[in-house]
Amino acid sequence: MSKHRDMRGQALEATAGNGLIDRRALLGRGIALAGAMGAGIGPAAAGAEPLAQPLADPPWSLEFGDRTPPYQMRSKFEAQVVRTLSNPKHEMRNSHARTPHHQLEGTTTPNGLHFTINHGGVPDIDPDKHRLVIHGMVRQPLEFTLETLSRYPMVSRAAFVECGGNSAPMFSPEPLQETVQALHGLASCAEWTGVKLSTLLEETGIDPRATWFIAEGADSPHLSRSVPIKKALDDAMIALYQNGERLMPGNGYPMRLLLPGYEGNMNVKFLRRIKLVEQPALSMYEARTYSPILPSGKAYRFYFLQEVKSFITYPSHGHALKGPGLYEISGIAYSGTGPIEKVMVSADGGQSWAQAALQEPVLSKAFTRFRLPWRWNGGPATLLSRAWDQSGNVQPTRAEFVAARGELTKPPPVLGFLNQHYNSITSWGVATNGEVKHVYA
Amino acid sequence: MFTRKGAIAAASLWLALTGGASLAETPNLGKPIDEAAIAAWDISILPDGTGLPKGSGTPAQGAPIYAEKCAACHGDNGKGGEAAALVSDRQLAGISAAQKTIKNFWPYSTTIFDFVRRAMPFQMPRSLTDDEVYALTAYILAENKLIGATDTMDAQTLPKVKMPNRDNFIIRFPDRI
Repeated sequence: MSKHRDMRGQALEATAGNGLIDRRALLGRGIALAGAMGAGIGPAAAGAEPLAQPLADPPWSLEFGDRTPPYQMRSKFEAQVVRTLSNPKHEMRNSHARTPHHQLEGTTTPNGLHFTINHGGVPDIDPDKHRLVIHGMVRQPLEFTLETLSRYPMVSRAAFVECGGNSAPMFSPEPLQETVQALHGLASCAEWTGVKLSTLLEETGIDPRATWFIAEGADSPHLSRSVPIKKALDDAMIALYQNGERLMPGNGYPMRLLLPGYEGNMNVKFLRRIKLVEQPALSMYEARTYSPILPSGKAYRFYFLQEVKSFITYPSHGHALKGPGLYEISGIAYSGTGPIEKVMVSADGGQSWAQAALQEPVLSKAFTRFRLPWRWNGGPATLLSRAWDQSGNVQPTRAEFVAARGELTKPPPVLGFLNQHYNSITSWGVATNGEVKHVYA
Repeated sequence: MFTRKGAIAAASLWLALTGGASLAETPNLGKPIDEAAIAAWDISILPDGTGLPKGSGTPAQGAPIYAEKCAACHGDNGKGGEAAALVSDRQLAGISAAQKTIKNFWPYSTTIFDFVRRAMPFQMPRSLTDDEVYALTAYILAENKLIGATDTMDAQTLPKVKMPNRDNFIIRFPDRI
């Protein structure tokens, strides 16, 4: 392992090949890093950078600013940070909007950028007229309104929601040159607040023969999914708030089912009915859509879990590195099973690995941000991340994943969902000119 | 279906599940509602036929309804158009979901009835009568040669239709059920 030494005598130790630096340099030694950059290991190394220009007051420092609005919007200079739409003309079919992970940081997806899939448009629901009914194998069927639910004991928790078809382009036999938004944008993370489903089931009672419940939405497809009662008694929630405000319309306003860690489609939006039953309904989405075909010709049913996964969001395809120097690799890790245990990062295509720093707090079934300092020497580099969760599950390598789940025979359309539940490694190839390509390593 | 004995058992089960702790006091703001009052919303169909409504339909009755209300998107005779084909002899090959058809993949015929009744026609869901849904389901099944051309579909016959791919599924995480 090589060692670089800055002018203050602080060692920046490379812990893995091709310039990965010990994560502790990030956590406890920020001064050392700053020193290293100032000392000429960064882009200023060539000594070609002229001194900064003399400062002057810009116009906005010399005039009365804009009005303060009742509901504030982000700066107009951030207008390019948007979701990508699969159906921008609002044709009569489903619509997807993907989260721009490569333009975001931290672990909370802003409400305006939370991914959404709508199968029948976004319904225009009057919250005062919306009803939630719980019935079937219960002691007493009950009807709830938003107003009555708002008086129940609430819980708040961070949780990612991920479409079971997120990352479907990764089933391609060759890497599609697409951004992390196009590849993995159907996952987002928010703080959800609502009433635990178990609280409401205490009032309705449960027939012990009931082993499943069917959840149904108030949108025009009346989307319906079957969920084991086990999940209802664990951490299922009727979510009313998203990052502190009422749900976004596209995320289920005025109430949705939240099943932390489970396939997005099961987190039924616009929730209006829960029926306790003895057997699953095998609705279209569980009998067909989210039953992925295996290489054997059989198919998985009741996949439910969004398994442990990570991807690097910076640098990633669409970014261009502006010369050798010190960079911070940043990415997202999550697991439907529980908290993330560790994330390993490689800069040499998986030959050597360094452990990334995890941003606290590391929460169960929520996005965890990982970071690692990296000194790019200007040569070719292949960046990978691989996550472990606290239950011991590990993100499979691509070879392992393809051996178990197969891959398509030809590149699919990037908006297609030709298989589901991909959770293998994503690799980014950095070229000598700083461009980042999607590669399979 | 629900008995007093069951109710006592349910309460016991609940105690067991909450570790024997006393039941938390809740606001009790849910308004009691009869199953009869829920009937208009209760469109859940189970694979054994539970929930299937009265009524019936035949392929011959379904054909003109299909032509009028379905063919614009799903193509003439279910061969596919802007929306997926409903009638096909394609075999499963490879892992692509594009291979899936009703005949080669859908495990239960009740799913057809359920989805048509809740979500179709796409621009006017819940506009079909139960007889029309039975007739369309019969039409789709007959065109796929999964039932005879003169078979009637109703609450008794529909769940008995054997779908070819029924036994070809693996439960992914059995311990979560």
